[in-house]
Amino acid sequence: MAHEPQHVEQHFHDAANVTNPEHAEHHVVSPAQYALVFATLLACTALTVFAADINLGVFNPIIALAIASFKGVIVILFFMHVKYQSHLIKTTVAVGFFMFLVLVTMTLSDYISRAWGLW
Amino acid sequence: MDSAIATTHVDSPGPGAVEQQHEHVVLPQHRHHFATEEQQRESGSFGMWLFLLTEIMFFGGLFFAYLLFRNWYYDAFVAASNTLNIGMGAANTAILITSGFFMALGVWAAEVRKKNLLVLFLVLTTVFGCAFLGVKYFEYKEKFELHHVPGASFDVSQFIHPPVDANTGKPVGNPLPPDAAQKTQMFFFLYFAMTGMHALHMIIGIGLLFWLLARAQRGDFTAGYVAPIENFGLYWHFVDIVWIFLFPLLYLINRHPLAH
Repeated sequence: MAHEPQHVEQHFHDAANVTNPEHAEHHVVSPAQYALVFATLLACTALTVFAADINLGVFNPIIALAIASFKGVIVILFFMHVKYQSHLIKTTVAVGFFMFLVLVTMTLSDYISRAWGLW
Repeated sequence: MDSAIATTHVDSPGPGAVEQQHEHVVLPQHRHHFATEEQQRESGSFGMWLFLLTEIMFFGGLFFAYLLFRNWYYDAFVAASNTLNIGMGAANTAILITSGFFMALGVWAAEVRKKNLLVLFLVLTTVFGCAFLGVKYFEYKEKFELHHVPGASFDVSQFIHPPVDANTGKPVGNPLPPDAAQKTQMFFFLYFAMTGMHALHMIIGIGLLFWLLARAQRGDFTAGYVAPIENFGLYWHFVDIVWIFLFPLLYLINRHPLAH
């Protein structure tokens, strides 16, 4: 991250990115907010069990994974504090999940095209 | 920890402008190779997240294998998946979320420097983590009793001749041809690989929790130095997230199989 931050006067070289204003902020998430996330996670768990009992055909797995993804996202944002982290951390997390999706997509593309037209 | 010498430590002059821009308070946990404590903290989080990204790839391979084999052996995966106990899976999800909630509160307690609360929350995190493994033990035990563990003693008879449900008088599932019934082993192989690898992460986590508890009791994390608690929290929540996806994939999504 050896870039020159735009907001600093350019009379010294900030190679270590020390003056990044994001560093100065340190957010402590309150217990009330944790409790809200906790209640949401429990409610989503009940919802996904309930939804699994209804026959929604092809949408059953889609809904189950959508609820799981929502739960995962709020765990990452609040329990793991990513919402309050610097852009570096946010980008790192996003890149990790995006990279996983790229790998899944490319592997599935390979899989689906091996016997093209035969399925 | 070198916290004893820190009070007399005077910050060495660095690039002048940097010192002027910040109220530069020297904290005991601040290592000399970091320009500021905030930079040190962010570097620690960054490193922890890089480790967790390798974990995403590691579990991701297993998730992908599940996706592909479920596609290949759909009927076998449906039959095998429906032998799992949703009640136990849901209870375990709630238990693990509760454990994660107490871990999050533990980070808060460390931040606001409440030592007794931190110790209490770490104990509760550990207790609920152990409860999860306890439920998992009973689930695994049932698999061994039913010979649903892949290998030489695997028993396919339940999938070829589904038992009759006492309440409805109907078979609990569609009978599978013998060759398809053998493929249920693939489901159980992935079930044990995924939940087993998840459980191994929890066992390692509980070991680390005992170490953190001993240090928290000593007051290591309630004087401004919270990085080990925070980074362990990231690990523990990551393990939560893996289970949040394992639960619907293994237990829930095969309850209403598509006709074909």
